[in-house]
Amino acid sequence: MDRFRMIFQYFQSNSESVMNGICGLLALASVKIYICFDFSCPCLPRYNMAYGLGIMFIPPIALFLCGLILNRQSLVMLDEWRRPQGRRKKDLAVMRYMCSSIMQRAMVAPVIWIIVTLLDGKCLICAFSGSVDPETFVGFANTSPLQVQQLLAKVPCKDDELMRNNTSRKAVTRYLRCWSQALGWSILLILIIAAFLARWLRPCFNQATLLQARHWSNYIDIEQKIFEETCCEHSRLFAHKCILHFFKSIREEIKMHSFNLPREGEGAEGEEDLLRGITDQDQVNKLLKMWYYEKPPLDVSQATQR
Amino acid sequence: MDKFRMIFQFLQSNQESFMNGICGIMALASAQMYSAFDFNCPCLPRYNLVYGLGILLVPPFILFLLGFVLNNNISMLAEEWRRPQGQRGKDPAVLRYMFCSMAQRAMIAPAVWVSVTLLDGKCITCAFCTSVPVETLGNASHPSLSQGEMKRVLARIPCKEIYDGQELIANEVAIRYLRCISQALGWCFVLLMTTLAFLVRSLRPCFTQAAFLKSRYWSHYIDIERKLFDETCAEHARSFAKVCIQQFFEGMSTDLAATHCHSPRKAPADAGEATEKLLGITDQSTMNTALKSWHRCKPPLHLHPPTLPSGNGWAGEGQPPAHPSAPRREVAAYYSRV
Repeated sequence: MDRFRMIFQYFQSNSESVMNGICGLLALASVKIYICFDFSCPCLPRYNMAYGLGIMFIPPIALFLCGLILNRQSLVMLDEWRRPQGRRKKDLAVMRYMCSSIMQRAMVAPVIWIIVTLLDGKCLICAFSGSVDPETFVGFANTSPLQVQQLLAKVPCKDDELMRNNTSRKAVTRYLRCWSQALGWSILLILIIAAFLARWLRPCFNQATLLQARHWSNYIDIEQKIFEETCCEHSRLFAHKCILHFFKSIREEIKMHSFNLPREGEGAEGEEDLLRGITDQDQVNKLLKMWYYEKPPLDVSQATQR
Repeated sequence: MDKFRMIFQFLQSNQESFMNGICGIMALASAQMYSAFDFNCPCLPRYNLVYGLGILLVPPFILFLLGFVLNNNISMLAEEWRRPQGQRGKDPAVLRYMFCSMAQRAMIAPAVWVSVTLLDGKCITCAFCTSVPVETLGNASHPSLSQGEMKRVLARIPCKEIYDGQELIANEVAIRYLRCISQALGWCFVLLMTTLAFLVRSLRPCFTQAAFLKSRYWSHYIDIERKLFDETCAEHARSFAKVCIQQFFEGMSTDLAATHCHSPRKAPADAGEATEKLLGITDQSTMNTALKSWHRCKPPLHLHPPTLPSGNGWAGEGQPPAHPSAPRREVAAYYSRV
């Protein structure tokens, strides 16, 4: 019991680190999914933009929702938000704190996906190859507008027969990739500066409120876990009493129907005790049949009063 | 017992994470199975659709059923559903909760299979290659073929080596188009699944939290009760067997002593534990007789109290009182139908 309590306490005190661990795993998973994903631009005029921007924005939404689902604290927060007031007031500051910490953790994986996408460049090349100015590139300068759209749409596909030997294709690709990477690094820089400022300047504002909010949000989390643990323990004891009561009632019934001298428990060896008065094949069969056909009522008050 | 109880409590309080672990393993297994699977499009007009959609939809169905089969709680649900009411009422909310939680976990591996299949693109390419819009993607100037002929040509798109319609529509263009549609469907499917999961998880505390807590408690209770009952029965069976065997050896030793005209060799009061455990059988031939008797006629499943002398004959199930020694063996033979 003590060892169990120790392990449990370790997890309790480190619920923040458990959540950080999940957040990190999800971030790694998002990079891995991007690497495994076989990006293939359709190279068709209207489809390129839809595909490119879709790959850049839809997976982050799914990753964000995953981050919310996998985080246990989001359920705790929702529970706290929707519960009836009862005798315990609700503290908006605590809920705001919990909400912001959940959102921050859930945003990590989507942001990593977007940054990796931008730094790789394929999405932006696919999406915006049709939007570059053809006049600036030699190979596309002197063609009709319809044809130029078709050609530009095919730029992301290196192996297409029209693009195989086109030198301007590489120029367009480099140009778009440069923009994509610049955007990626800029976003990364802005986010890191924002995170740095937020962490550094936070103690200057409302530190006391923050400490309170953090304490009470931790408390709510721990209270929920301990409640679940207590319910488990209670149901185990309840089941134990119920089964013992059941065995006793079967023994009473057998005593009533067969006129044996009842074998009381005192002075019996340990084994006799565990037999609980059921010493016969027919008695065991009867017990098992009773267990299936008539489960005992969920009421151990008589057992505890004995 | 205490250690068992501790481990049991730990697993119980972490049953959710244990089940989640199994879900995760099944999801990884389904992704691994897909990558190990050797996809072979038949490249024939009607067979393509059947093959492609079959690979897309039949394995998820199998994985869904497997998810139920591998879940230990399915027998618990069935038992709770079918048991007679007896003295304990049945709560449909508990049954619904148990079924929903099992179904949710069983849905993960099929969803992973469908997502991986769609994101890979081979199935949709194979199934819908005959529906590619040739007018927009292909050569409008190509001499028109009959419907059947066109379908036959288009059906070969996934098989690059035998494709002969390069003038009609370029192979790479068609494959890129189909793969783009497939990947778009795949990501939409992933988004839909995560949105559904999110809604299911987040709307519950808003509406039915109290009922949910009740259902969860009682479903855990039913599980624990079943496990404890099995454990108690196992303990009982062990004690039953121990006493039965002890009584068999005692009976055997008494019989043999009577046959050999010894006084029954009782273990002296200050004998060591080892002598007591010998149960009065101390030589090879006696042991051989005991083993033969154990095989030929096992004792009845009926433990008699050790304090009552054997001549008194405990009524038991209304049988005539047993006589000592030899005739008792006859009774035992009659009973040994175990």
